[in-house]
Amino acid sequence: MEIRRINATDITETVKKLFMDMNYYIGEDILCALKNAKEKEVSPVGKNVLDQLIENHKIASAEEVPICQDTGMAVLFVEYGDHVVIENGSFEEAVQEGVRQAYIDGYLRKSVVSDPVFDRVNTKDNTPAIIYTSIVPGDKIHILAGCKGFGSENMSSVKMLTPSAGVDGIKKFIMDTVKYAGPNPCPPIVVGIGIGGTFEKAAMLSKKATLRPIDTHNPDERYAALEDELLTAINETGFGPAGLGGSTTALGVNIETFPTHIAGMPVAVNICCHAARHKETTI
Amino acid sequence: MKRITLPLTDEVIRELHAGDSVLISGTVITGRDAAHKRLYELIQEGKPLPVDINGEVIYYVGPAPAKPGHAVGPAGPTSSYRMDKYTPALLDRGLKGMIGKGARNDEVVESMIKNGAVYFAAIGGAAALISRSIKKSELLAYEDLGTEAIYRFTVEDFPAIVVIDSKGNSVLASGK
Repeated sequence: MEIRRINATDITETVKKLFMDMNYYIGEDILCALKNAKEKEVSPVGKNVLDQLIENHKIASAEEVPICQDTGMAVLFVEYGDHVVIENGSFEEAVQEGVRQAYIDGYLRKSVVSDPVFDRVNTKDNTPAIIYTSIVPGDKIHILAGCKGFGSENMSSVKMLTPSAGVDGIKKFIMDTVKYAGPNPCPPIVVGIGIGGTFEKAAMLSKKATLRPIDTHNPDERYAALEDELLTAINETGFGPAGLGGSTTALGVNIETFPTHIAGMPVAVNICCHAARHKETTI
Repeated sequence: MKRITLPLTDEVIRELHAGDSVLISGTVITGRDAAHKRLYELIQEGKPLPVDINGEVIYYVGPAPAKPGHAVGPAGPTSSYRMDKYTPALLDRGLKGMIGKGARNDEVVESMIKNGAVYFAAIGGAAALISRSIKKSELLAYEDLGTEAIYRFTVEDFPAIVVIDSKGNSVLASGK
């Protein structure tokens, strides 16, 4: 395979467009799920909330304004082909520049502070983005990106379960996390679950799970069944749209897994609001 | 659907019941995490506040930037519980209402009962829709906080729901 040269400005333009588009135009998977939920919702208040969320998506896309004022912290999962060379800049800086331009030129909210504890001064361009890169064979770059708000991020959790906890232990931890979150993370939520790997791998998997379209299932039918079972159980909690009661507490549950250690069974639950914004592209 | 005009009188507050859908018109002040921390610290130190909160309703929001021709950018509510630590002190100073989303702790509810205040929820994530009812935005204090600064919003028929009323009744689902 020949070496492929990609200009840094092409990376910047691609990343900029990803973040602007995901903030204005909700994915079909979420829009369909909201419309289906509205038909099935038992609470009149819940139905009304779902109606307003659908209307909100129409306004955001028509006016090209963000769906939600919390345009999140930018997260990118990158599969970087080992035959790609970036010209006129570095990959990292090209991505950061794309995020910077999207948030400034796209009228997105700048929500990142420089130091988490002491200074907490806004960086004014929503950088740094968080970039997870894996090197893969080939001459392409695949980017999966998301921008989750922190109302739901704050309701997320990781637990180092051990093998004897079994699938019942996993279900209990997930349900405990969802019940603790209650009305706070802007239900109906999308629940991303990472199982396996190590402490940090489980958390990364759970984030990645929130970026998977909710009209897809885990390819392993046992996990697919668990996704369905958890979705039903979460909707039976009764929190409902906006936490005002109803039968739609979640729109989707996505599980991602990875091999793990003989002594462990890490589980991470990344809760995402109904405005689950994600996009992917290949350069 | 009840239409209410700000500022809230004690009489109007008494007539607002958990579960009521309302359309709010008038002016509200905005403030979220960082502004609350500053107001709270000034109260602790016995110093004057940069904004008179007596009789006001505060909206927990950090709007997105306004596009040209828009009064504000998308401006939906942020989670209220993060303001719980600071809220009783503001209610003791005369704050009459809060607009946010999600649950409040017991201390806030007790302080609301004591001070005769009301907590409304706006719909989290309906930011583009909500911003249509915000007609004007003026900076009041803490410009350095950017989106977290305190603004005065002029609102017309701002859609909200009374989720905790001045008697402490709540319509937030508690989960099964």
